[in-house]
Amino acid sequence: MRTEVPVAIAFIAGMLMIVSLFVPHPVIAQPASVMRSWAIIITAFAYVLGIANIARISVGSLTKRAKDWEYKAVLLGAMATMLFLGIGVGVASGGPFDWAYLNVYVAMQATMFSLLAFFIASAAYRAFRARTVEATLLLVTAAIVMLGRVPVGEHMWSRFPDLTEWIMGVPNMAAKRGIMIGAALGGISTGLKMVLGLERSYLGGG
Amino acid sequence: MMGPRTEPPNVGLIILLAVCLFVGLPSAARCAAELKVQDVPDDEGTALRISWTGDALLADSLVISRSAPPDSTWLAIARVPGRQAEYTDSGLRRGTSYIYRVTSGGGLVATSEAGRPRASVLNRTRINQMIILGVFVAFVLAYIWLAASGRKFFVRKIAGLNAIEEAIGRATEMGRPVLYVPGIDDMDNIQTIASMVILNDVARLAGNYGTPVIVPVCRPFVVPVAEEAVKQGFLNAGRPELYNPNNVRYLSDEQFAFTAGISGIMMREGTAANLYMGSFFAESLILAETGFSTGAIQIAGTANVHQLPFFVAACDYTLIGEELYAASAYLSSEPKLMGALKASDLAKLIILILVALGCIAETAGFLKFAELFTAR
Repeated sequence: MRTEVPVAIAFIAGMLMIVSLFVPHPVIAQPASVMRSWAIIITAFAYVLGIANIARISVGSLTKRAKDWEYKAVLLGAMATMLFLGIGVGVASGGPFDWAYLNVYVAMQATMFSLLAFFIASAAYRAFRARTVEATLLLVTAAIVMLGRVPVGEHMWSRFPDLTEWIMGVPNMAAKRGIMIGAALGGISTGLKMVLGLERSYLGGG
Repeated sequence: MMGPRTEPPNVGLIILLAVCLFVGLPSAARCAAELKVQDVPDDEGTALRISWTGDALLADSLVISRSAPPDSTWLAIARVPGRQAEYTDSGLRRGTSYIYRVTSGGGLVATSEAGRPRASVLNRTRINQMIILGVFVAFVLAYIWLAASGRKFFVRKIAGLNAIEEAIGRATEMGRPVLYVPGIDDMDNIQTIASMVILNDVARLAGNYGTPVIVPVCRPFVVPVAEEAVKQGFLNAGRPELYNPNNVRYLSDEQFAFTAGISGIMMREGTAANLYMGSFFAESLILAETGFSTGAIQIAGTANVHQLPFFVAACDYTLIGEELYAASAYLSSEPKLMGALKASDLAKLIILILVALGCIAETAGFLKFAELFTAR
């Protein structure tokens, strides 16, 4: 019963969603719409689980003065402050919650994102070292694409942009579409295995 | 001798007619138009399509009003240019009769007959997709049946999946934990679901070696599923005592806060094997490069095509697209799951043949072939 009931629920819900894609009649469309609404409500309630998880792990570390407990204190303090500002004061534009979000969170997010530029450089350096035939091919292709995307490349040879477009539009696009078709079939196959109850390890059934 | 007397032309009348014909056209729209109301096909019965012909097409703008008899009040629902020729009124009550009228410049143009929205049993625009899905489902069921009846299938070696055990073994030798990141999408993404299945196998392998697995989670809904997958994996390995609920950690819904949190875990806890399986976006390279800087062995898998180059560049092994979905069958060697995997292979072969036929058909100018597969 521990796995049969969830598998039955997954089958009914999954089949309803698949059939609703092809049958617009309200006999199918309305229950499907209701289930989509349930999913949104359940997801919203899942945040309680998230907060409980953070609180359990961080409070435990804090009380035991475990390694790096100071970070947990900052995390809990920041979470409590934002909860108080959001629920207690409100989320109106120009308010303290909005101010903290824009001036603290957004700034930190931009900082993290900006690190990407340096990481791209270091990853590209390693990937483009011409140690193998594949890496050399990658280096040459990347060099052409980069030159085709900047004005100096066109100044060097007027056909660089055309060559870049060909590389991006033909071999690159063909590979991307091949991967996408394979991934789509894999996704459908995985979904089908869930709906039919063939794959039930996510339920804890082994 | 005088011939028959002819009346001089009435110049005033001619001018009046000319004015009516060439100057007064917009106002003529007030006189004649035909208004039709039809049910919108292939929907759930909540929309009607109103179309007009005749002089109404010449009007600069038309006001469309709706009434639901016996209620005689008219509700203006839209103002559209006359040349638009049709308008779809959606959000209606199924089975209720509605009548429409269009007016131009304050004068009545036309009133329609009553129309009633009806629900369709089948969305005919998706019949091609339904057939393709049906054929694929038939393949999957047939191969599962073959697998269940004892047929063995060959599956090529996937280096990235073979390396998972090697990575966990290395982490064990170094006495450090394994990091498993299930992407940043919620459980409604099939990649996250596939990732949870792989997590179950990773926890089983880690359980065999007695190595802890840290699972940072970006969506709270994923937390209980990840907890269950890890718990069951350790249980399958016969080491349920290894499960530590504090190792499945919800960090943040925000992309870069989550990324910063994982980077912190890598640096502070010194994870020796980092596995990234699921749906990733701009954080992929930040995670993979941070992991590289700590010297961890890294295996990634995603179906997000744009992130694959980053993982290929920064990780030791990468599962590309479909390999992520093949992982559960590959790692578990369950015959039924292998059957589903072979069905995907057969479907790909057929798609390959259809693509080749499509190229030939398009080159030969037979465009109907491609239309058979067009999503409308």
